[in-house]
Amino acid sequence: MAKRKFGLGLSLLLASSTLLAACGEEETPEVAGDTGDEPTEEEVFSVAMVTDVGGIDDKSFNQSAWEGIQRFGEDNNLEQGDGGFDYLQSASDADYNTNLNNLIRRGFDLVFGIGFLMEGAVAEIAQQQPEAQLAIIDAVVEEPNVASVLFKEQEGAFLAGVAAALMTETGKVGFVGGMEIPVIERFEAGFRAGVEAANPDVEVDVQYTGAFDKAELGKTTANRMYSAGADIIFHAAGATGNGVFTEAKERKEQDPDANVWVIGVDADQYDQGAVGDTNVTLTSVLKRVDNAVYDISTMAMNGEFPGGETIVYGLEDEGVALADSRGAITEDVLAQIEEFKQQIVAGEITVPETVE
Amino acid sequence: MSNRTTNLLVPVLAVVLGLLVGAIIMWVSGYDAIAGYAALWDGIFGDLYRVGETIRQITPYILAGLAVAFAFRAGLFNIGVEGQLIVGWFAAAYVGVAVELPKVIHLPLAILAAAAAGALWGFIPGLLKAKFHVHEVIVTIMMNYIALHVVNALIEVVTGGSERTERIFPSASLRSPFLEALTDYSRLHYGIIVALIMVVVMWFILDKTTTGFELKSVGFNQHASQYAGMKVDRNIILAMVISGAFAGIGGAMEALGTFEYVSSKGGFTGIGFDGIAVALLGMNTPIGVVLGATLFGSLKYGALNMPNAANIPVEIVGIVTAIIIYFVAASYVIRLLIERAARKKEAK
Repeated sequence: MAKRKFGLGLSLLLASSTLLAACGEEETPEVAGDTGDEPTEEEVFSVAMVTDVGGIDDKSFNQSAWEGIQRFGEDNNLEQGDGGFDYLQSASDADYNTNLNNLIRRGFDLVFGIGFLMEGAVAEIAQQQPEAQLAIIDAVVEEPNVASVLFKEQEGAFLAGVAAALMTETGKVGFVGGMEIPVIERFEAGFRAGVEAANPDVEVDVQYTGAFDKAELGKTTANRMYSAGADIIFHAAGATGNGVFTEAKERKEQDPDANVWVIGVDADQYDQGAVGDTNVTLTSVLKRVDNAVYDISTMAMNGEFPGGETIVYGLEDEGVALADSRGAITEDVLAQIEEFKQQIVAGEITVPETVE
Repeated sequence: MSNRTTNLLVPVLAVVLGLLVGAIIMWVSGYDAIAGYAALWDGIFGDLYRVGETIRQITPYILAGLAVAFAFRAGLFNIGVEGQLIVGWFAAAYVGVAVELPKVIHLPLAILAAAAAGALWGFIPGLLKAKFHVHEVIVTIMMNYIALHVVNALIEVVTGGSERTERIFPSASLRSPFLEALTDYSRLHYGIIVALIMVVVMWFILDKTTTGFELKSVGFNQHASQYAGMKVDRNIILAMVISGAFAGIGGAMEALGTFEYVSSKGGFTGIGFDGIAVALLGMNTPIGVVLGATLFGSLKYGALNMPNAANIPVEIVGIVTAIIIYFVAASYVIRLLIERAARKKEAK
């Protein structure tokens, strides 16, 4: 009996909230009117992005995109918030649609979906909101109001493979991937090809953790690889890769002479690898999501939004690159990397996108 | 204090307390709590789109809550709802893309497939519990991991190497242009009706059938039930199977309604685990589960608007919503204390 009355109490509470909500609804047309007023402030161009589950402090992909948007905002005197630039973070994949919609409703002129995982959501919202301008990174959405951005990750990873193959002392290097999706497989394929091209005798230990947000998994995987004799690990695993850095740093702390290296991904992860005065970061495969985001935003601002098109960034246009190794890679190796780079840019080497 | 006032006062007090503590946390962290709660309210009830999305979010919570509650009534702790939901999600999506049939056959078939997959995932721990006394908590937790990775692998197999299936055929979809138009293109789908039917089904099984009586009896006391001539083993397996079926249907809601596809997952959806809290909040009764799911779903969905409209970081939002739920859950403690005090008075 007591239960039933408690239930009644709660339902009354809910009923009252629904009633109140109904009162609130009358205001909706006004809100809609606000967004309709948007074109009056023609000069201001606003841009926003939705992260996948990584967040803008993932020290990688989402962070890089956010930096691009911030830079775009600064260069165009925008402020964070409505009518300027902003981001929303997703807690689960059910949130993508809502977050995209929220930003469109707030009147942002261009909304980025960051990451392959948002493909479905971007496609759906693009159909529902044909007036909105959307862009997606790392996936192709064939809608007239979506600009798709891809990177030739394999080319950057190829150079990382060359660096790893030439720098390894144990003859064994590792690759830690996030989920087995095409983007990450391009990293793997490029890395393998780079190692193969520079020194076919070097063994590559490949492991996928199945997640982009599980640093502890990255750490255990790195632990296994280092223990099995690998001395350089290239990670393409977002925040999971932070665990790879943690493992390498712990080993370096215990034994300053330990020969452990990490190759970072997406952004220059040099700061990630600092251990006292030394650093475990060999280099990073830069994926200039920031440049791409900046480019697309600029195009859209100038009325040249590449809707329906797919834009691919590679070594040639510095969409991907190797970060400054700050002395970790020797001069002669750097020279060889440069050679490979020129060959790729010249089209003499075509780096495979998939692992055979 | 009369019983009626206590009954009304306790949940209200609990929510108010939760909101207060949440506000303090926002203030201490340097954010505007009033703007935060306004954003939360707006995020749940702000406009028709949000109301639609909130109901959509509530749908799988109801089913996950039912699954946990049902097993609980039979004395079993089903931590495996998450895994059962994931296999159900896959099964429904698979049926949705693999064949094209008239809607009257296709949609029920997809939901049934999800229920069957969830039931199978519940059957295994049930069997192990009944025959070998392996604790269901251990087995169901492990089955979650198996579900996650098996489904990821299966998606690759059925799609030939991709990490996402095609969209399901419209004939298997729970989506409704009518509901979407009504709610300004939210993803509100007919799943809520399925969920509410399942609420009635659970009530009917538990309160109106002999099987339900036996299940509850086993839940209260296995030995007494055995002594009374009930087949305890059979009832344990049955409880897990039905529980798993509810969870599987929860997965179907995502597969046929919210997403219309299934994609590889990097981690658990969390719906199944939240289902435990939903069931306990609802005191394992069907109506209670609906209320618990409403609270959970509304907070979960409304919270998305807090970073959007009030610039409160997701981490703080997570803490605040957790605290509100915590206080609502703790309201039973408040109630218990009040009732105990009242009883003492009567005894004197």
